Formats: sequence, C-alpha cells, structure tokens
Amino acid sequence: MIANVSIYEILTLTTLLFFIGLYGFLTRKNLITMLMSIELLLNASVINFVVINKYMFPEMLQGVYFSIFIIAVAAAETALAISIIINLYRLKVSVDVNETETMKY
Amino acid sequence: MEHIFFYIFALIIIVFALASVMSHKILRAVVYLLFSLLGVAALYFMMEYNFLGAVQMAVYAGGIIILFIFSVLLVHHIEGELEEPRFSRKVMMGLASLVGFGGVLYVILTHNFVTVEVPRTSTEVSDIGKGLLSYGDGGFILPFEVISILLLAAMIGAIIISKGKKNV
Repeated sequence: MIANVSIYEILTLTTLLFFIGLYGFLTRKNLITMLMSIELLLNASVINFVVINKYMFPEMLQGVYFSIFIIAVAAAETALAISIIINLYRLKVSVDVNETETMKY
Repeated sequence: MEHIFFYIFALIIIVFALASVMSHKILRAVVYLLFSLLGVAALYFMMEYNFLGAVQMAVYAGGIIILFIFSVLLVHHIEGELEEPRFSRKVMMGLASLVGFGGVLYVILTHNFVTVEVPRTSTEVSDIGKGLLSYGDGGFILPFEVISILLLAAMIGAIIISKGKKNV
C-alpha cells in the first residue's frame, strides 16, 4: 500500500476518472474519441481491482489476475473497434455517430 | 513523502483525462490520453505491482495509443478539429456525470472498508505466473486459455474486417 494514503482517496480518484470518461463518452460524437473515453472507464475499474486487492487482501493476487484479463480484453476490443472504424470510413468517409445509421450498406 | 507523489500523479491523471475528453484537436486528445495512462502506470508502481505497471505501459502506451494515432492519421486530417457539441448537451451530460459521481462517492465514503496493514512486500512475477497456470483451488488456467483464444480470434477478425472487400 502507499504510505499515508488511505483507500478512500484512491477510490475517489478512480471514481472521478470513471465519470470523466463517462462525460467524454456522452458528449463526443466522433467514434475514435468515444473509444478513448471507454479506455478511461476500463482503466478506472482496473485501478479499483488493484487497490482493493492491495489494501484489503494483500496476501492474495486475484485482483492482479482480473486486471490482467481486463487489460487483455481491452486491447482486443480496441483492435477490433479500430478495424471496424477504418472499414466504416471506407464506406461512409466519416466516423461520426450521426452518419452511421445502417448496420450494413 | 509518498503521499505527495500520489497527489502529483493523481493530479496528472485527472488533468490529462479532462484535457483528453475536452480537447478539440483529435491528435492532441490521444496524446493527453497517453499521459493519463502513464500516470495510472505510476500508481501501479507505487503500489508495488511492478509487473502490472510494466504491462500497463507496454499494452497501453506501446500498443493502444499507437493504434489510436494510426487510426486518427488514417481517417482525419492531421490538424483535424472536432465538431463542438451543443452547449446544452455539454451542460446536461456534465450534470448527469456530476450526479453519478456524487452518488458513487457517497456510497464509497459511507462504506467501511476493512483495510489490513502489512509490511511492504513486492509481488514477484513468478507468483503471478504460477497463479495464472495453476490447476488447483484459485487457479486461473481456464480463463488464461480462454483469453488466449479470444486474442487470436480478435486478431484474425481485425485483419479480415479491416482488409475489406477485394476490389478485383
């Protein structure tokens, strides 16, 4: 644990980070920036796993395993989403959510 | 001493996350996100999870940010400006986020977390590896293998989707 820092301060930080990401996800209209906001959300939840592991159950490693899995899923999700965005740009010449009204063609 | 560093890193994370969410230039937003993620990696290092910090830096700074920069350069002009959302929309969504933040913060601050004081111990990478590959109680071999298949499927899917149709 970090000396002189309580669990409440770190959880406040992650909550703030989560809702900053949520704000970005709700206001942005560009698909790439929305994806970046999702990265912020995922990061906030990963820090929560790690912090609760470290402060409440320091002899176990379950939080670390879950964080590794979340990071792996986030990487896979980003790669897929970006390939979809690039394909969408070929079809529509735009990556705005307003322009994408149909699922295919 | 360490709590001063914690506050510095917390400030870096929050300021750059806000800048990334509000910036009008899309490439700058990506770079701000990079600094925010590096601040998170610094937090992991401070909590003695060195492997997790290294993974965070390698996967996010080395992988995901590069992917974002490439995709931005492919689909935008390099000085591309983002469309400004309507003011009413910003206020509404900001209020919604603030209300959510207040609610979650209230729950966290009123809940009594039972923390344990332990002497500082660094987590060995070999412990993480043994736990990930263990068959016994609390072992994570099945999710580990499932994740490897997921990564393979995502890789093949990304290649096939982004290749698009063959134009003869």
